[in-house]
Amino acid sequence: MRRRGLVAWLNPRGRRVGYWAFVLHRLTGLGLVLYLIIHLWVLNMLSQGPERWNDFVELAKSPLFLVLDVILLFGILFHGLNGIRVAFVGMGIGADQHERLFWAVSLIGALLLLLGAWGFFTV
Amino acid sequence: MAEQKNVQFRVFRYKQGDQAPHYDTFNVPINERTTVLEALQAIRRDQDSTLILRHSCHHASCGTCGMRVNGREVLACVTNVMELDTPVVTVEPLENAPLVADLVVDMGPFYDTFTQAHMPLIRQSEFLPESEVAEGVPYHMRFENCIECGLCVSACPVVSTDPEYLGPAALAAAWRVVEEPRGEDPEQVFAWVDTEHGCWRCHVAMECSEVCPSNVNPGHNIMALRHQLTKRKLSALFG
Repeated sequence: MRRRGLVAWLNPRGRRVGYWAFVLHRLTGLGLVLYLIIHLWVLNMLSQGPERWNDFVELAKSPLFLVLDVILLFGILFHGLNGIRVAFVGMGIGADQHERLFWAVSLIGALLLLLGAWGFFTV
Repeated sequence: MAEQKNVQFRVFRYKQGDQAPHYDTFNVPINERTTVLEALQAIRRDQDSTLILRHSCHHASCGTCGMRVNGREVLACVTNVMELDTPVVTVEPLENAPLVADLVVDMGPFYDTFTQAHMPLIRQSEFLPESEVAEGVPYHMRFENCIECGLCVSACPVVSTDPEYLGPAALAAAWRVVEEPRGEDPEQVFAWVDTEHGCWRCHVAMECSEVCPSNVNPGHNIMALRHQLTKRKLSALFG
């Protein structure tokens, strides 16, 4: 049978690390596109005067928003670092070590995420 | 005395004309040596003779019994039931191929694409230092690793979304023609794979290599094609 539809590529049963990296890469990519649209819409508030912008900045400092920022940072780090891995593997460099490369970039990403989250909540 | 127990098999069923597929459940007595294929044959023999499945060599050299067991592509003839270690074993046909009935898919489209690589089936074998090559034989030879089982194509998420994608089996075969031409023209292979639906369509999920039962490593081969093509393109750009 051929799977159909927008999520035909999503078939998680019995899959391994490389497949999950592929799925997360797609989902973070879609998430970042959505974030970009929201970000541009928010920046548009700058053109609506200082009061509108200041209201938004107050919201952006709230704990819930900071949590969303951490999720955004995860998306940026995962997509960026895994993207570098995919770029190298995709050119035939390290193809047989793709799983080890994934864990290596994940470790780097996790450390940067912790650092970033600490910065969001303390600075 | 060999350990024996009953295992529940949840088997995908579909016949031409059915409105929709469904699953039938069977209890099958197994021991520590029972394979999924043997269990399915027992179901067909003892419980439901309408179960349709395909098999041949029973030792992982023909690729005929490829199917999904608990969601994962395997050769049923060498998949041990007890080692699956699940209370229910779910058996389904391969993905990304037209369904004929029950556990049998139409491999025609697979072969239509695969044979376009023109990969000769005989390859040079690894050199065995302790043996001598017989007189009149240029080198040790053996069959190519690929048994054309289709597991890699079933596992590939890109094949699911792009019907024109050449797929891991054909691309792996293409790389073998580049690696060891045996009278074929590697330039024709490069032209064939260097397209939007060729080797560049791969998204590096690498499930093809994970499920391959025969050491083809299609993911590696696809990346090897891309490596060569990248070098050529950079040389053409920068001289």
